[in-house]
Amino acid sequence: MSVVIRTVSRVLVPFILLFSLHIITSGASTPGGGFQGGVVFGAGLILLAISFEKGVVRKMITERKNVALMSTGILVYALVGLFGISSGGSFLEYGALPLGSPAHANQLMIELVEIGVGATVAGVMYYLYSTTAGGN
Amino acid sequence: MRNAILALLFFISLLLVADDFPRFGSPDAPSHHHVVPRYIEKSVEETGTENLVTSILISYRGYDTFGEVTVIFGAGIAVILILGTKR
Repeated sequence: MSVVIRTVSRVLVPFILLFSLHIITSGASTPGGGFQGGVVFGAGLILLAISFEKGVVRKMITERKNVALMSTGILVYALVGLFGISSGGSFLEYGALPLGSPAHANQLMIELVEIGVGATVAGVMYYLYSTTAGGN
Repeated sequence: MRNAILALLFFISLLLVADDFPRFGSPDAPSHHHVVPRYIEKSVEETGTENLVTSILISYRGYDTFGEVTVIFGAGIAVILILGTKR
């Protein structure tokens, strides 16, 4: 693509990715959360991929790394749920974990689960782009 | 012709039932009195997050969100099976 698009996306994409992380992690007090931040992260990666030649971003984000990102998020969610069982509660009961008061454990585990959800959604967004229109 | 008559009968019975619903969005509908007051009053002290939507989605109804993420992951798996891993 043209020089203007390449330069602007080089400047903008780090901010987009960083802001998407902010959306994910401050989803507990402001509007936002895991799904929204994950979509913004995926959209930032897609912007990077369409503004350079076909294959430049594909060498950086290989398919194995993409699938690993997709799988890690849901694995984190399932492991948090299973830790709830192993600490004496039911599945996905964050209050039973030995991390202080139930409200404190809830706060920490909500953050962790949101990061996991955001990772899966971001991975799937970029994967859907890179297999259909990502250039080969 | 018989299908048309059956469809018309179902439609008329649906219209008769739809008259008995509570008014849309009214605060004394039965769906607002079972668990919703408990969520609204006890969310901050039980989950520690001020965002009520997040605490319901991930803490009170976390299993449904788990199902949603599984559906998104399943869509990704379907695309991997059909279009992935270049030959």
